[in-house]
Amino acid sequence: MDHSTERNLSTYLTGFALAVILTAIPFALVWGGLLTGPAVYVVIAVAAVIQVLVHLVFFLHLNLKSTPAENLFFLVFAAVLIFIMVGGSLWIMMDLHHRMM
Amino acid sequence: MADSAQVAELLEHEEKKSLESREFGFWVYLMTDAIIFALLFASYVVLSKNSAAGPTSNDLFDLGHTAGETVLLLVSSLTFGLATIAMAAGQSGRVVQWLFVTLLLGLGFLAMEMVEFYGMIAKGAGPGTSGFLSAFFTLVGTHGLHVAFGSLGICVMIGQVLIKGLTLPVRSRLLRLGLFWHFLDIVWIGIFSVVYLPGVM
Amino acid sequence: MLGRLTIDAIPLYSWVAMGGAAVTVGGGLAVFLLITYLRAWKVLWTDWLTSVDHKKIGIMYVVLALVMLVRGFVDALMMRAQQAIALNSEGYLPPEHFEQIFSSHGTIMIFFVAMPFLTGLINIIVPQQIGARDVAFPFLNSVSLWMTAAGAGLVLISLAVGKFSTAGWTGYPPYSGIDYNPGVGVDYWLWALIVSGVGSTASGINFIVTIVKNRCPGMTYMRMPMFTWTTLCISILIAFAFPALTVVAAQLALDRTLGFHFFTNGDGGNMMLFANLLWIWGHPEVYILILPAFGIFSEVVATFSRKRLFGYTSLVYATACIAILSFTVWLHHFFTMGSSANVNAVFGIATMIIAVPTGVKIFDWMFTMYRGRIEFHPSMVFTIGFMVTFVIGGVTGVLLALPPADYLMHNSTFLVAHFHNMLIPGALFGYFAGLNYWFPKAFGFKLDAKWGIRSFWFWIIGFYLAFMPLYVLGFMGMSRRMEHYADPNWQPYLIVAALGAVCVLCGIVCIAIQLYVSAKNWGSARDVTGDPWNGRTLEWATASPPAPYNFAVLPEVRDIDAFHEMKLGGVAYLPPGRYEDIVMPKSSGLGPILGALSFVLGFAMVWYIWWLAAVAFVLALVCVGIRASDDNTDFVLPAAEVAKIEAERLGQVTEADMHDMRDFQPIGPASGAPLAGRV
Repeated sequence: MDHSTERNLSTYLTGFALAVILTAIPFALVWGGLLTGPAVYVVIAVAAVIQVLVHLVFFLHLNLKSTPAENLFFLVFAAVLIFIMVGGSLWIMMDLHHRMM
Repeated sequence: MADSAQVAELLEHEEKKSLESREFGFWVYLMTDAIIFALLFASYVVLSKNSAAGPTSNDLFDLGHTAGETVLLLVSSLTFGLATIAMAAGQSGRVVQWLFVTLLLGLGFLAMEMVEFYGMIAKGAGPGTSGFLSAFFTLVGTHGLHVAFGSLGICVMIGQVLIKGLTLPVRSRLLRLGLFWHFLDIVWIGIFSVVYLPGVM
Repeated sequence: MLGRLTIDAIPLYSWVAMGGAAVTVGGGLAVFLLITYLRAWKVLWTDWLTSVDHKKIGIMYVVLALVMLVRGFVDALMMRAQQAIALNSEGYLPPEHFEQIFSSHGTIMIFFVAMPFLTGLINIIVPQQIGARDVAFPFLNSVSLWMTAAGAGLVLISLAVGKFSTAGWTGYPPYSGIDYNPGVGVDYWLWALIVSGVGSTASGINFIVTIVKNRCPGMTYMRMPMFTWTTLCISILIAFAFPALTVVAAQLALDRTLGFHFFTNGDGGNMMLFANLLWIWGHPEVYILILPAFGIFSEVVATFSRKRLFGYTSLVYATACIAILSFTVWLHHFFTMGSSANVNAVFGIATMIIAVPTGVKIFDWMFTMYRGRIEFHPSMVFTIGFMVTFVIGGVTGVLLALPPADYLMHNSTFLVAHFHNMLIPGALFGYFAGLNYWFPKAFGFKLDAKWGIRSFWFWIIGFYLAFMPLYVLGFMGMSRRMEHYADPNWQPYLIVAALGAVCVLCGIVCIAIQLYVSAKNWGSARDVTGDPWNGRTLEWATASPPAPYNFAVLPEVRDIDAFHEMKLGGVAYLPPGRYEDIVMPKSSGLGPILGALSFVLGFAMVWYIWWLAAVAFVLALVCVGIRASDDNTDFVLPAAEVAKIEAERLGQVTEADMHDMRDFQPIGPASGAPLAGRV
């Protein structure tokens, strides 16, 4: 029991540390103006995606072995649908926007 | 009366099964909520340049303020985690302490958000000003509303832990509330990455 | 104090509207008086309204759907009558009123007929098909029902207090915005959608969890009956598509109520975003309505062809494919909005691809019938009628999937004909088939077949008469939703369409007579075994109507068509060695109370009665809090009680009631090979 508690605590602390780093990077870049142009967006996006994964793994304890398959299925399904819905919406609306200029 | 123990056992077994279903059902609910936020994000991105000659994101956003909110929410995720650990160890006093800290952090986040919203509205940049601000207030406000409900949930759970102790249903509810709270932090990652950081560039 | 609610809300402006209000209020009053006269309030409250039993909730859903079907159909009849006479004249309906009618017709038929009908059938049947005692969350189920009813109530009350939306069932801005539509109509529409949408999302989640978690031992995913499979798929669609409706409705409500600028003309709004978000929900919704009907057809066609369903695996995959593809085609509802050729082409091609899995299904059903011993039960007749008619609708759909062709047909009556051609045979015929098929399961006696067949013929002939002319009119250039017109060439077609509507009316009357005649003669058509049609799936293993717990002992499944298997093995009606205590959920009054509160909340928001909305919202939160802290929601039904109920049931089943299964001994390996015919 003690052991698992310790491991749990270290999981949370690792996750926290990673999250702080992954938050600090994009904030520092934008604040300090260290990077410009599209590269900033890429860094922000990548840091965000990694941080989401960090939260899922370290805070929500998502794990390919112990998490029930149906939970993973719905998570992946939701991710795919978010990609389709958001990506599709932006594609459609940007295309319209472009044509109306 | 002899089999009242048997009945209690049966009820407990059934309860365990039902709690398992609840945890899965709550997970599916979180996914539906994720879709809601995804579409609010999409709306925001589509409308983010439509400031209709009103103030733009560059005029309004203060990255320092956002960083403060981020810190509060991130630390609150950690403290909720500590409450979960205390729950696993069966220390109800600790659970209440950490939940209380989490609640304070959540309320601090809400207070900062209120200050931000109030400041914007005072500057004449309310949600009725432009499509950009409508989308901004709706997206960030929906997240804030979730945090408010989460805080309400924490209050209820503090009460339940104090009155009922760490019974099986209380543990399960606490677990689900934890999922909810961590989920809100994930949404916040999206908000500062999509709304605030690109907004000040 | 009362917001914008004044005495002007009573529709004194037209006699037709006043008549509608009078019928609604009178109908409500008549029901109230009848219940009071029968002294049935207490029974109604304790046995039905507060029940969390999935079978009773299902029945209440279907009743709601049938009542709203009548209301929605009256709208249709009025529109057909108006268009039949409105050549160069105003007809009998003023434009403003005509607009309300087509808006409420669409809203009612989609949200308050199709949705509750399918949810009701799913509620009654799916837990039994998977060998479960109830849904995963019985109380949430009750809340869903009452929120759907609250939404329906908002639409109904708009007849008597205020007006309904004039912006069509899709409510496109800017016309549905506050600038062009300052009344309460659009708000009624919005709040009916929001309230019932939340209920639908909850039932979607409920059925996902039920099917994933509550299947009986041995019921693997690939042994689930087709209806359960389609239910799983649409539950996922509901859970993931309805949030889009919630978002878009909330945004429009914010625009209208608080002066936001999501979809306004000026100030940085973008009305095209509305169409985009609405159809992200709207297209999956089409499949939410149709897939359960596909499931029903699959069950019916196997039972009444006396064969195992052909191509079960391909049907499962086709259903899953349709479910996923339905999220990738939404732009085809607004090809003409002006996207570039590439965007339109992608969504056009995706649309055409959906025809493939749908075609697979049609072939599977035909091959199931091939060399089967077909019995022309009303539900089977509806199924055959569906197969023929639906293919026509599908072909016109593929036509519309071509963006250049869509530019010609968009917003014409061709489109109206197309989607009615999908939804009447594709969804409604399925629900009627389900009604005829599962009625004995819910009530313990069969529906009269003669009147069932009659209702079918009226419906299908009426359908063709009403909608084939609309295809032609679409080619002739008639756009939809016209209150009057000037082209005399259109009128003959519109008169035929009106006759079709009258024919459908006869079909509805036939269903009413069918219900009446069957109820009157219920003693002679009783279903003692619980298996009136020699069915194949587990729902026929329970009594008709089932005991509150469905299965005294949870069945064990070894194959598809589990109950058929049991009958062949001769183990179908054997009493088990011993019974066990069964845990059952307690009834709860909080379901109907939450429904009533959401109705009040919606009504208050429509009329800007802010204090009332706040009170309703806080009370609803309190109710949720009470429920969330309640750890004592179950009770135990003792084994002795179960034994008594079961003994009574099995005692009634005699040798003569059982189906002769000798003909069903499979020839060759029992792998679904066609059975030899009678020699």
